[in-house]
Amino acid sequence: MIPLLIYVAIFVLSYYLFTKVIHHAARNDYTSLKTVTFGDESAVRPNRTASVISILTLFLLWGMFTGSSLLPKFLHMPGPFEGTATFEYTAQTPDGQRDTATVTVLVHPVDEEVTEPEVDPGDGWAKNDSATIGTWRSGLIRVDRNDDIGRDEGAEVVAVNGKPIAPGGSVETEFGRVGMSPKGTLNFEPAKGWQMEPIWLPAPEAVAARVVEIAREGFRGSTLWEHLGYSLFRVVVGFFFGALVGIPLGYAMGLSDWFRGWFDPIVEFMRPVPPLALIPLVIIWAGIGETGKIILLFLAALWIMAIAARSGVSGVKISKVHAAYSLGASKPQIMRHVIIPNSLPEIFTGARVAMGVCWGTVVAAELVAAEKGAGMMIMVASKFQNTDIVIMGIILIGIIGFGIDMLMRWAERILVPWKGKG
Amino acid sequence: MSGLAIEKISMRFDLPGGGSVQALKDVTLHLKEGELMSVLGPSGCGKTTLLNIVAGFLAPTEGQIVMNGHTVQGPDAERGMVFQQGALFEWMSVRENVGFGPRMKGMPKMDMAETVDHLLDVVGLQDFKEKAVYELSGGMQQRVALARCLANDPDVILMDEPLGALDALTREKMQSLVLKLWKETGKTIILITHSVEEALLLGERLLVMAPRPGRIHREYRLPFADLGVGQDLREVKKHPDYAKTREEILAMIWDMEEEIMGRTEGAGA
Ligand SMILES: Nc1ncnc2c1ncn2[C@@H]1O[C@H](COP(=O)(O)OP(=O)(O)OP(=O)(O)O)[C@@H](O)[C@H]1O
Ligand SMILES: [Mg+2]
Repeated sequence: MIPLLIYVAIFVLSYYLFTKVIHHAARNDYTSLKTVTFGDESAVRPNRTASVISILTLFLLWGMFTGSSLLPKFLHMPGPFEGTATFEYTAQTPDGQRDTATVTVLVHPVDEEVTEPEVDPGDGWAKNDSATIGTWRSGLIRVDRNDDIGRDEGAEVVAVNGKPIAPGGSVETEFGRVGMSPKGTLNFEPAKGWQMEPIWLPAPEAVAARVVEIAREGFRGSTLWEHLGYSLFRVVVGFFFGALVGIPLGYAMGLSDWFRGWFDPIVEFMRPVPPLALIPLVIIWAGIGETGKIILLFLAALWIMAIAARSGVSGVKISKVHAAYSLGASKPQIMRHVIIPNSLPEIFTGARVAMGVCWGTVVAAELVAAEKGAGMMIMVASKFQNTDIVIMGIILIGIIGFGIDMLMRWAERILVPWKGKG
Repeated sequence: MSGLAIEKISMRFDLPGGGSVQALKDVTLHLKEGELMSVLGPSGCGKTTLLNIVAGFLAPTEGQIVMNGHTVQGPDAERGMVFQQGALFEWMSVRENVGFGPRMKGMPKMDMAETVDHLLDVVGLQDFKEKAVYELSGGMQQRVALARCLANDPDVILMDEPLGALDALTREKMQSLVLKLWKETGKTIILITHSVEEALLLGERLLVMAPRPGRIHREYRLPFADLGVGQDLREVKKHPDYAKTREEILAMIWDMEEEIMGRTEGAGA
C-alpha cells in the first residue's frame, strides 16, 4: 500500500513539474502547433522524460524498500530492528506472589553467529533471561526455565512491561511484539520495519552482484550465456522451421480453395490452443530434450505464421493483381512480384508476434523441464529461495524479449518500408 | 479486323441470396484503332463492369469481345488498364513501377531503361525516378500509372475514373496530358468518368449509358478532343457547341437519376 502511494505521489509530482513548469520552454514542432491534442492520438508521443522518471522511480522504490546501499540512508524505509531489545515480564505463583524480571534479546542479522548476552540473574524468584533472535525472525523464549518457581511449579506469566497478557494474546513493546503461545510460552518478534527481507526481495545491488557472479562462474554447470544462448537457440530454430512451413502453408491457403478448406479447420482449431497447453503432450512424445522444445516452438510459430501469410495474400488489393495481369505478368511473376511483396508487412507483423510467443513459450517450457535455459535457471533458483537469481533471470528474460522485438521492428523498417503505405 | 469490337455483351450477376442483377444488356460497340471514347452514366449503370469485361477480368454471360481478330479470353498486355488509384506497387520505386511490363516480358535492361526514361520525361517525373511511389502526390501517382501502362505499349488503354480522386487543377493538367498522349501514341482509349466536362473534353466519341439493365443510351461524336490537343482546355470550353452539349447530357443523366430515385422510392413504399 505504501509503495503504491509513493509511486502515485511521484507520478503526480513529476507530471506537474515537467508538463506545467518546464514544458513551456521548448517544443515548436508541428505537433506543438496543434490546438486539438486531447483525443488526437497522433499528437500523443511518449514523453521520454516520463519514461526515464518512470524507470528511476521503480528502482528508487526497489532500493527504498530493500535498504539498498546505492541510496543515501535517509531515503531508506525503516529497516528491521537490530541490536539489544529488552522487555520485562511479571510472573505469578498459584498463591498470588508476583515477581518481575527482565529479558534481554540480541537481535542480529540472520547470517551472523552470535552468543547470548550475559545477564545478571537479579533478585527475587523470577530471574532475568537472555536470548538471540535473527532479524525478521521470531523466537520462543522460555522465561520461566531459570526461575525459582517455574511453570512446572504452577507459576505463570501474567504481564509484559506491566501490561496484562494471557495465552493467545500479545503486547506491543518498543522493540517488537511479545506474544504468548496457548501453553503460556512467550514469543518475541522483533519489529520488522517496512523493508523487504532479502529472501523475498533482494536489493538491486545484490541482484547485480549475482549477475556478475553467475556470468563469471556459471550456474549449475553452464555459464549464464549458455543458459540464455540455449533459450535463444531454441526460439530461433523453432521459429525458423515454423516460418519455413507456415508461410508456404499460408500462401497455399490464400491461393487455393482446396488448401484453404483442408487446413482451415486445423489452423482455426490450433490457433486458440495456447502453446503452453501442448507442453505435457510434447514431453510425453518427445521428452524434455531439445527435440521436444523445438517441436513445441515450431508449433507455436507455425499457426501464427500461416495465418499471417494467409491474411497477407487475402489483403492484396485486387486492382494490383489486375494491373499486373494486364501488364502481361504470368502467374509465377504475379506471385513473385505482387503477392509476396504485398504480404511481407503482414508476415513481419506475424513474425514479431510469433517471436514473442516463442520466447514466452520457451521460458515456460524450461520452467517445466530442462537442463539448461533461462527458465530452468529461475525455476531451480526458486526452489532454493535464491530470489536474487530469480529476479536476475526475470530481468534478463525481459531484456532479451524486448531486444528481440526491437530487432524485428528494425528489420521491418529496413526490409518493408512500404508497410501501411498502400 | 483491326480495332476493338464489343459484341452483344450481357452480364448478369447472381446474388448470393438468390435473384440476380442484370448489369449489362446487349451492349454492342465498335472502336476503330486510335479512337478515344469516353463513357458517362449514372452510378451503377455497369460502366466498371463493361470495362472489366473488355479488360478480360470478367467473362460476360453472353456476347464476346473481339480484339484484332481474336476473341478475348482473359487479361492481356495488349489491353492496358489505368485504375482510379492504389494500383501502383508500393514496394517498387517509380522507375520499377514504370518498367514492370517490359521487365515481365524479359526486355533487355538497356532497352527497358530507355523506355522508362522516355516515359518519365513524357509525364514529367524524371526527377522522381528513384522515389517510392507513396512519397508522391495523388496526381503524380496517376502519372506513374499512365506511364506504367504506356511502357507496355498496349493497343487499347482502359481507364476507370483515372482522374476521379484528383483536385480540379491537377485534374485539368492531367486531362491535357491524356489528350497529348493519345495524339502522340495513337492508342485506342476507353475512358470512364463521372465528370460530364471531362467526357466532353476528352471523348472523341462520348457514350452515355443508362441503368437497369445497363445499356447504351446515346452516342455523340464530338470535335473537342481534337481541338484540345495542344491547346488550353479552357479555350475549348468557350466553343459554342460545348455548353449546349453539356446541358443536354446533364439533363439526360439527371432524368435517369430521377427515374432511379422514383423507382426505388416507389418500390420502397
Ligand atoms: N461482383 C458483383 N456482384 C453482384 N453485383 C455486382 C457486382 N459487380 C457489380 N454489380 C452490380 O452491377 C451493377 C453495375 O455495377 P458497376 O460497378 O459496373 O457500376 P458503375 O457504372 O461502374 O458504377 P459507378 O459509377 O458507381 O462506379 C450494379 O448494380 C452493381 O450492384
Ligand atoms: Mg465504376
